[in-house]
Amino acid sequence: MTPRLQLSGITKRFPGVVANEAVSFSVAPGEIHALLGENGAGKSTLVKIIYGVQKADEGTIAFDGQPVSIGSPKEARALGIGMVFQHFSLFEAMTVLENIALGMDHPPPRRELEAKVREVLKTYDLALDPHRDVHTLSVGERQRIEIVRALIQSPKLLIMDEPTSVLTPQEVEKLFTILRQLKREGCSILYISHKLHEIQALCDGATILRGGKVVGTCDPTRESPRSMAEMMIGGSLKDLSGKDNCVYGEERFAVSHLSAPGEPPFGTSLKDISFSVRSGEIFGIAGVAGNGQNELLSVLSGERSDDVDGSIRMDGRELTELGVGARRRAGLASVPEERNGHAAVPTMTLTDNAILSARGPKALASGGILRTGQARDYAKSVIDAFSVKAVGPQALAGSLSGGNLQKFIMGREIMTAPAVLVVSQPTWGVDAGAAGFIRQAMIDLVDKGASVVVVSQDLDELLELCDRLAVINEGRLSEAMDVEGISIDRIGLLMGGVHGETRGDQARESAA
Amino acid sequence: MMGFALEPRRQESRLANIAAPVIAVAATLIVGAILFTLLGHDGLAAVWHIFIAPLFNPYRWQDLLVKAAPLAMIATGLAIGFKANVWNIGGEGQYILGGLAGTGVALATLDMSGAWILPAMILGGIFGGMAYAAIPAFLKVKLGVNEILSSLMLNYVAIQLLYYLMRGPWKDPMGFNFPQTAMFSGDQTLPYVVPGTLIHLGVPIAAALALTAWGVMTRTVAGFQFRTVGAAPKAARFGGFSASSTVWLALLIGGGMAGLAGILEAAGPFGQMVPQFPTGYGYTAIIVAFLGRLNPLGILVASLVLALTYVGGESAQTVIGLPSAATGVFQALMLFFLLGVDILVRYRLVRLEPAKKTETAEVSAPKTGVARA
Amino acid sequence: MNIDLLVAILMTIAGAATPLLIAALGELVVEKSGVLNLGVEGMMLIGAVTGFAIAVSTGIPALGALGAMIAAALASAIFAFLTLSLMANQVATGLALTIFGTGVSALIGAPFVGITTSTLGPIFPAALANDPIGRLIFGHSPLVYIGLILTFAVWWFLKHSRAGLILRAVGESDSAAHAIGYPVLKVRYLAVLFGGAMAGLAGSYYSLVLTPMWAERLTAGRGWIAIALVVFASWRPGRVLLGAYLFGLVITMELQAKAAGFNMFAPEFLAALPYLATIAVLAVISVAKRGGVAAPACLGKPFRAAA
Repeated sequence: MTPRLQLSGITKRFPGVVANEAVSFSVAPGEIHALLGENGAGKSTLVKIIYGVQKADEGTIAFDGQPVSIGSPKEARALGIGMVFQHFSLFEAMTVLENIALGMDHPPPRRELEAKVREVLKTYDLALDPHRDVHTLSVGERQRIEIVRALIQSPKLLIMDEPTSVLTPQEVEKLFTILRQLKREGCSILYISHKLHEIQALCDGATILRGGKVVGTCDPTRESPRSMAEMMIGGSLKDLSGKDNCVYGEERFAVSHLSAPGEPPFGTSLKDISFSVRSGEIFGIAGVAGNGQNELLSVLSGERSDDVDGSIRMDGRELTELGVGARRRAGLASVPEERNGHAAVPTMTLTDNAILSARGPKALASGGILRTGQARDYAKSVIDAFSVKAVGPQALAGSLSGGNLQKFIMGREIMTAPAVLVVSQPTWGVDAGAAGFIRQAMIDLVDKGASVVVVSQDLDELLELCDRLAVINEGRLSEAMDVEGISIDRIGLLMGGVHGETRGDQARESAA
Repeated sequence: MMGFALEPRRQESRLANIAAPVIAVAATLIVGAILFTLLGHDGLAAVWHIFIAPLFNPYRWQDLLVKAAPLAMIATGLAIGFKANVWNIGGEGQYILGGLAGTGVALATLDMSGAWILPAMILGGIFGGMAYAAIPAFLKVKLGVNEILSSLMLNYVAIQLLYYLMRGPWKDPMGFNFPQTAMFSGDQTLPYVVPGTLIHLGVPIAAALALTAWGVMTRTVAGFQFRTVGAAPKAARFGGFSASSTVWLALLIGGGMAGLAGILEAAGPFGQMVPQFPTGYGYTAIIVAFLGRLNPLGILVASLVLALTYVGGESAQTVIGLPSAATGVFQALMLFFLLGVDILVRYRLVRLEPAKKTETAEVSAPKTGVARA
Repeated sequence: MNIDLLVAILMTIAGAATPLLIAALGELVVEKSGVLNLGVEGMMLIGAVTGFAIAVSTGIPALGALGAMIAAALASAIFAFLTLSLMANQVATGLALTIFGTGVSALIGAPFVGITTSTLGPIFPAALANDPIGRLIFGHSPLVYIGLILTFAVWWFLKHSRAGLILRAVGESDSAAHAIGYPVLKVRYLAVLFGGAMAGLAGSYYSLVLTPMWAERLTAGRGWIAIALVVFASWRPGRVLLGAYLFGLVITMELQAKAAGFNMFAPEFLAALPYLATIAVLAVISVAKRGGVAAPACLGKPFRAAA
């Protein structure tokens, strides 16, 4: 059978980097093919080449046996290639229908388009209101827009880039149902992910990329997640070393009845959040993106204090009235989700970025005067202790790769020896090596008696790392549960907002 | 396949930082000469008389320093704000209000004598500029009004206030009905630092302030705050810096410096307040700030270059009959070129070649999308 | 109040409002594409002087208006190249454009100071404008009608056309628009050029209709008021129309008060009134808009395509 898509010898270079080197593989009609690899293995570049966003320096692409040159996403769509991006290409202030029209090259008139959209929604049993503004929708609903955008053009090949990283377990099941339906209709799917058990459950074949090259192909149904992971990282997996003393100490960090308005323009307000963390404990907060995680983090760190109700206590001391600097000096460190521009200033040096948050705890300034020498030494010690790959403390933060910058940021906070560390998405977009390193560093920190709060959308990470966890949905936090013996189904339902009020996902689904 | 691409710099380049303004000035001279030739003037002579000839004349040198002083003062204040993304373009209005406030003190103390009068006028000028800049600061912090528009609108209002005071309340009763104040007394006039020249006390004050500002911006937490807020506002909040305090500080410093420049001009070269007091220094200072790369030391140099366009523009007017508007055109060209070549500071041109897969891959910059996202 | 005076006042309002309206609509389109061009004042001046110079030399004011659009669009191309291709700071480049326009217009206009030209007068037959009502409907310069038509056209373009949808998308999220395959920079270039042409047309209104003559800094900061109008209007064409006519009223009050020898306020206060009104209006609208969004999300941010 002629392959639907065949890549031969695709090479793509960027200044100083070869993103793809002689990559070849093929996808058969009706096949769900996984593209596996770590962050930075070259998956995204490859996909952008197939979708015409970027151009390969060398190599050829054949589609249904015909050699093609795909110069733009438009040409890709004309061939019958659809794409669902990991970072949605949606326009917040516009309606669902307008967003779908923007994803098409020759959209029919408004009414016709709406009829077509409703038809697709019905065929694949998707719930979505075409007239809603995107910013009012949940992440799952947003992904549905992207999917409808692709499906409405009846694609022969659908590319999905990390589609499940933002979904609840139930939403993932639903997505797989759709993908299998497409497969039955003869559509090929190129499925990019690093979630190995999903690939095992869904895919017919897999190509594994490492360092821009194809290092292997496999039949996922015959592999174990561990064997695929080892192919991906090109070595044996290192297990996290567990905690030495599993004895929890006193209650360290207690949040009670915390409420705060959402961040303008489209934020989620926090509603009556309470939890507490003991010394030596890692507490996880699970949830789908956009359910108040960023708000919670900025209220805990002290970045936001306007209109905040409730109390935040550490070792019995009331912190609610303190600002960011005072909280840090008291021993409360934080790492927000966004690295570039929030946790670090990309256009400043690592030395300056050390001053940014560690100047209080590490006395990198005194009497209003910066102590540049000390700051440089501290940045250097973070670089060394957390094996950050950088030219030195004078490197600009923006020049580091995601994993290295995250290691630097985590190191900057952890080396101030905080009593409590609140961190969001600690390993988002970070390669496996750095992720393991960062997780280990958090475990080592609680070993010394600190408390850690981890906010993450990656449920696997929380299950691996935490002692207890709770789920945040629509700005409300569920009761805390022990991770041991926890029910994934129940967490999934909580993430989807089955208990308590929701964005109306379910309500609308039943109404539609 | 070989090709070129722009790549974000991994470290700041000192060379590019210094080269950029030099390239901009050189390009201005060349393009300016061509442009003026096309407009029917003698382009080469224009460039010669504006930018080169004044340098051979000792008297012009004095004039240069005197004109550079207010430019440097205002630009230093504005640059601190620009660094923090606070776009105070009301330097002109704050300069006028500073001049007016100091003049108010002078008019109230016309019959008195004492060494305290000049410092009182100077303080009045600083407070006048600050108070005027406090309006956009208040509107920005409390109501979220864009400071670009509010500070700029206030420039037009300041000019009308000046006209009103000159035409009415502050008109010199003995001045033959000319719309201007009485001449300031000896105790109200700025002393010369070099006897027998035009160089008044404002010149060393401007230099000292720029040096101080440089120290503050590079060595203090406050300077770090301005730089961080400008580079990444969210990160600044994460670092514990309040956005509203930054806006207040930036505008008050900018207003205070412009107000100081205003009263020093009034008490120095003018010696009284007249309707012709606003000469556009507040706008030119914006160019000075950028040409100096928002660095107070660079601003000192840049203020001399821009002062040269004023001094040279005047002499070109008399010598070759170049319209006075030519000065503004040269100044704008300079800013255009500077903004254009700025890309060399942030990016470098690199050649694409079959690079070996090395460790450098790990320290590439995915944020800007050059490497693999 | 007699009807003749009322109509005269209403016509003055329309006259004062029209250049603000046209320039602000141009800037609205620019900002909707995600670009903040603060050089409106400079482009208006370039338009004003070019229009005047062409009208004087050819004797055809309409040709002047056309030339004004082309000249100002060329000036905006400098801005577009610096900010879009070279990613220069948009605020600074806009200021530079204003300084440039002020200087260049003074330079070009020097030989034209003190001359007058034929104006871009009413287009309808004088017979239609005999009575006050007829005058009110048919007695304006063509630019007044163009302003009104343009309001509708810009509204329709943004709300109902495919191109308008793409333009809004580019202003809302340049990265998403790029990922789908829209040419972000091309869209922005075109928007900036359109904004430039409209600023030029608005500028020519001052030198070809309102005064009609040329003087340095003829537009006296009205370009900045046009930019403020876009903010005031929350980026909606209909509200730009409303705002422009409101400002027309303020400016007319100033003129009428002067003409009537009304001296309760100093003339300087009246001259400062439009600027004070702008600040007041911005303050009121900022309070009213608290929490809401209206500005295009990418406004003022440089875009660099991921390689």
